[in-house]
Amino acid sequence: MSTDQPSITVCDATLRDGSHAYSHQITVEQIKAYAAAAEAAGYDYLEVGHGNGLGASSLQIGESLVEEGEMLRVARAQLKRTRLSVHLMPGFATIQREIAGALAAGVDLFRVGSHCTEADITQRHISHVRSAGRHVWGVLMMSHMVSKEVLLQEARKMQSYGAQGIVLMDSAGAYFPADVTAKIGLLASSLEVPVGFHAHHNLGLSIANSLAALQAGARIIDGTSKGFGAGAGNAPLELLAAVLRQQGYATSIDLYRALDAADLAGKLFAGSLPNSNGITIVSGLAGVFSGFSKPVQRAAEQLGVDPRDVFFELGRRKVVGGQEDLILEVATELARRAQPGAKS
Amino acid sequence: MAFKKLNVAILGTGNIGTDLLLKVLRSEVLHCRLFAGRNLSSPGMTKGSMLGVPVSARGLQSILDLKGELALVFDATSAEDHIRHAPLLKQAGLVAVDLTPAKVGRLCVPAVNLAECLDELNVNMVTCGGQASIPLAHVIAEVNPGITYIETVSSIASRSAGPATRINLDEYLQTTEHGLQEFTGAAHTKAILNLNPAQPCVHMQTTVMAKIAAPDLPRTREVVAAMVKVIRQYVPGYQLILEPMVEHGRLVAMVRVDGLGDYLPRYAGNLDIINCAAIAFAEAVARRRQS
Repeated sequence: MSTDQPSITVCDATLRDGSHAYSHQITVEQIKAYAAAAEAAGYDYLEVGHGNGLGASSLQIGESLVEEGEMLRVARAQLKRTRLSVHLMPGFATIQREIAGALAAGVDLFRVGSHCTEADITQRHISHVRSAGRHVWGVLMMSHMVSKEVLLQEARKMQSYGAQGIVLMDSAGAYFPADVTAKIGLLASSLEVPVGFHAHHNLGLSIANSLAALQAGARIIDGTSKGFGAGAGNAPLELLAAVLRQQGYATSIDLYRALDAADLAGKLFAGSLPNSNGITIVSGLAGVFSGFSKPVQRAAEQLGVDPRDVFFELGRRKVVGGQEDLILEVATELARRAQPGAKS
Repeated sequence: MAFKKLNVAILGTGNIGTDLLLKVLRSEVLHCRLFAGRNLSSPGMTKGSMLGVPVSARGLQSILDLKGELALVFDATSAEDHIRHAPLLKQAGLVAVDLTPAKVGRLCVPAVNLAECLDELNVNMVTCGGQASIPLAHVIAEVNPGITYIETVSSIASRSAGPATRINLDEYLQTTEHGLQEFTGAAHTKAILNLNPAQPCVHMQTTVMAKIAAPDLPRTREVVAAMVKVIRQYVPGYQLILEPMVEHGRLVAMVRVDGLGDYLPRYAGNLDIINCAAIAFAEAVARRRQS
């Protein structure tokens, strides 16, 4: 084991990305129990909220069972060393309503995201959080869709607005390790701030990609216990904990407690843990946002079309996170075309 | 007697202002007396000069200097700027058509409340997503009493969202939500905006969703179809692409807006619809003053 490996910041997104896997119905009791386990596991950050972040509880994405301020306060009360983080996307969340609420609820870190080519919409939100004296990172979502050069340019914008870290999200689970190496490598060597990676497991590569990110210079890594997240899930934190330890990276993780947290997540969310299936695989192949998995299955069933066809068509249209309404349009169109005598 | 065109000025020579200019030049009842901005070498200003329109880089002041010759001003600057401009335009007796999300004056959605706005000295054109969604939300609420929640989602091409739109996303959401509330009476409203960078550029699409206990779907389909016809009279590219349907406990309807392709390509239906609405208001003012 090498002893000169860097120290890694580990972000637990179970209670945020997992919201997608649970149709946004995570309860106060589950938040309370899991937050205590994440604290014990020694994760640096625990992210809590609706799957698409602050202000995303909606008919478009799905309504949260628990109001977001309450989710944050319940989690906050369980945390001491582990810090509380939120995800948010301008276009859903506003400064006056959601960011103000999250500041009041005691959120430590705001991860302000945009589609990977739209960093300039995060300017006001990032600067606002900085001026409020809290930590803020920039998040580039669906980052498989563009080149490393474009990602660097967008990441630099976020850095110039005040972001203290940049996370690339593989929102569709479409990356291969070589993509991670190239993109994270360029950002880590070019930016002033630490770089992170957020994996999805659609093509079964979440741990391989996370490891590639660390080897390419990432200092922040995201995961969820039991991979509890959108689509085929995220990099399972319990596996990341093991890999980080075996590779000699310094973290504040307590391995046994991390394994316990995963067991707890397995019990709390039994029946809803993500698994790889035809739909999540096609979703990864088509490069579509993992959060679309459940709404696509629902619409495909109602309209009598193959959910895999819906994913390929959504991929052809290059939809981005937040465009869930297009699922119904695409499924309706496919159903119409499938009718005998229909013009395509 | 020949129609005496209404003299108007356009303040702001960005994408919105320049597209408005082309629409005014085509109008049978409006005349562009001045195209005013801050930078004579901006692409919009250059276009204006090439078209032989009087231009000025002295912004609002150049309009106030001409106030005797003007009746109406389109303000296509920014919310911050319009808040500053509004009292000065009012003092000068000029009708202000506000295309920013400043919300100074009465919200105007021509398909719903054009006639009621004609005496106002300042009207606000809400937002592009508001112009696309509010008329549908309005009729959906009319035939389904007791709606408590309405939501709208718009997706627009990244290339159609200029710097002002990008910096003002929060104001866009707040103004759209406020408009939805005012025109439907729903206690809770929500607006979402997505920017999509796909090439070729995506056309603007807007979805309206509502939570309704027992929706009257046949009647809803009827009133939505009728409203789409009304909107098409002033926004020719407005089309219903998903008839009202119920899925997962939500009533959903979706429209696409193809722009007229005046200054920006046809995918920029978002810029087109708010400008078409502003022109519809100004033309109604012109026609009324004539009679």
